[in-house]
Amino acid sequence: MRVTVRLFARLRDLTGAAEMTREIAPGGTIGAVWRDLAGEFPALADYERSISAALNADYARMDAEVHDGDEVAFLPPVSGG
Amino acid sequence: MTKFSHTDSVSVTLLAIGPAPLALEPLVAAVTKESEEARGGHHGAIVTFLGLVRNHNQGRRVQYLDYEAYPSLALKAFARIADEASRRWPAVRIALHHRTGRLEVGEASVAIAAASPHRADAYAACRYAIERVKQIAPIWKREYFEGGDVWIEGATADPDDVRAREEAERVACA
Repeated sequence: MRVTVRLFARLRDLTGAAEMTREIAPGGTIGAVWRDLAGEFPALADYERSISAALNADYARMDAEVHDGDEVAFLPPVSGG
Repeated sequence: MTKFSHTDSVSVTLLAIGPAPLALEPLVAAVTKESEEARGGHHGAIVTFLGLVRNHNQGRRVQYLDYEAYPSLALKAFARIADEASRRWPAVRIALHHRTGRLEVGEASVAIAAASPHRADAYAACRYAIERVKQIAPIWKREYFEGGDVWIEGATADPDDVRAREEAERVACA
């Protein structure tokens, strides 16, 4: 199945893409999407413990299951205000 | 009825994010309208907050900031913050607008208005809202300073982190 991955701020800079499509095995989780991405872009490894994730524009845990067509977003530590 | 907006037009909107310059009057109008619709004239105070781009940060001379956001999630985070505030301080109404894109020194990046029957709750709720924005709003600033630029990274956003929420309440009530 395919998911859309969105990356923000420095994560976008490190990968060079704000949005990408990735294949993920059925039953896969947000964490699995992240691990694939970190394998592809080793510079992301530094963010392992500090990222947040969102699933279809709602905050979600890394163990949340993803489905075909979902939008998965990875967020570095925030700095609004 | 809470209204959401991702727009560059100025309107009577409680929660908004976008590139348009910020002003406090629309937020005051929004919480006023909201309170009139709800109970009519029961609010005795509106406290407003405007966050500005400062010309220095951690010893660096700031030239400008560039704000990026995940707008659809940001509006949900704002709604959550307003809801938290109205549970903690009953009868409080919050309006919250955040700007995105390039902002020059002195420009406003965030505007908040908190209306309440009593001023103490309005002050506390306004402070709480800005603390929570910094904790959980999916917004990032890139700082351009003399000699370079850097993404500012603050808190790992976790809306369910009870300790972060308690810290925001503690600061709000200090």
